[in-house]
Amino acid sequence: MSDPIAAHTVFAELSDAQRAQLAAYGTPESYRAGERLFAEGGDADRFWLIGSGSVALDMRVPGRGEQVIETLSADTVLGWSWLHPPYRWHFGAVAREDTTTVVFDAAAVRDRCADDPAFGYAILRCFTPVIIERLMATRLRVLDLYATPAQAGRPSTEVPS
Amino acid sequence: MTAPAATSVATTAALPLPYRVVSRRVDTYDTVTVELARDSGPLPPFAAGQFAMLTAYGIGEVPISLSGGGASGDRLVHTIRAVGAVTRALTGTAPGGTVGVRGPYGTGWNLRDATGADVVIVAGGIGLAPLRPVVLAALADRARYGRVSVLVGVRTPADLLYGAELRSWADAGIDVEVTVDRPDGDWSGHVGVVTSLLARAAFDPARTVAFICGPEVMMRFTAQGLLTRGVPADRIRVSLERTMRCGAGWCGHCQLGPLLLCRDGPVVDWAGAEPLLSVREL
Repeated sequence: MSDPIAAHTVFAELSDAQRAQLAAYGTPESYRAGERLFAEGGDADRFWLIGSGSVALDMRVPGRGEQVIETLSADTVLGWSWLHPPYRWHFGAVAREDTTTVVFDAAAVRDRCADDPAFGYAILRCFTPVIIERLMATRLRVLDLYATPAQAGRPSTEVPS
Repeated sequence: MTAPAATSVATTAALPLPYRVVSRRVDTYDTVTVELARDSGPLPPFAAGQFAMLTAYGIGEVPISLSGGGASGDRLVHTIRAVGAVTRALTGTAPGGTVGVRGPYGTGWNLRDATGADVVIVAGGIGLAPLRPVVLAALADRARYGRVSVLVGVRTPADLLYGAELRSWADAGIDVEVTVDRPDGDWSGHVGVVTSLLARAAFDPARTVAFICGPEVMMRFTAQGLLTRGVPADRIRVSLERTMRCGAGWCGHCQLGPLLLCRDGPVVDWAGAEPLLSVREL
């Protein structure tokens, strides 16, 4: 197929040849709003580049149903659990609106990474910032920055708004 | 003897003047917006980004930014979140009641510098209140600016300020995006930190002026995100908070390195703010 990832910044670090190699493992796929892409605990055998629309990551919480924990928008990668064993999804994912993607065959990409270390290193350089970004976003939310002193369990203070 | 100008300035700076609460609108479970007016004398010329020291008589005073009104209006508009004794009293004052006002104090956002540029406004929590006049000014003179983006992060959907206004801003051609940290069952919008919205905002980094207000950590990460996109540090403006008391640069409570934020801030460009915020002792 033609290069479906050239316009996306996520893979900007790849050379033209590497982008073409990766693109060979990708297939365009669309999802209707509400359609589930994958479920928590399932085989992490794919990953996606979101072209348009958005996807909600969720987690099943007993008694509370599927809780959305983050949403991902266009030009972002969905899925990195395929990179490391046990290759299982940590969370689930549902299209929040009609969404276009390129879906990649993760097992084939892993094999290619093993056969071609330069390609594998380049892929890791693309995915590491994604993982760091998700980690940092999580940490920032753990800080509960917008909480009032009472909500955060601190002494009441008057601060300027 | 004729009083010198300096005397009247000093008196204004030190003495809260009585203002009448003209209207009181409940924005969220803990936040209200009040309109204040003077029964006598002209309103002082407030600029967006400046703040006033608001007094709940007999309880105390707090610095609160202007969230509307300003230089051309006949009202001061303040959005106040009840987090302590003074703000609980201020938010509980009914129309017809009186509060004290000292000000205006501090620097403004200076939106005029953004003429011809794209404008990115990033607000965290109650930080949307001081930025509201920027949005209103951009809407009032829409042709003066390029693309205008308003990116808002809040704790929960119930904490979102100005819900109806946000929709009207979007209808008027402003790109409005909201994200929440903790969605409830009814929330179908974006979930995650406000910095994640930067990636989807459309602006030309080299021709952008950004205005940020919220918790300091949120402003740091937002500024870093804007720098990564290529927005120059001196075109990123943040509103800094320290404990303000006098409002006039006398008492030193709000000192941040070489700055007295009540006088030299609260609006500071990121080129000046970043070195100060990276010093732990400050």
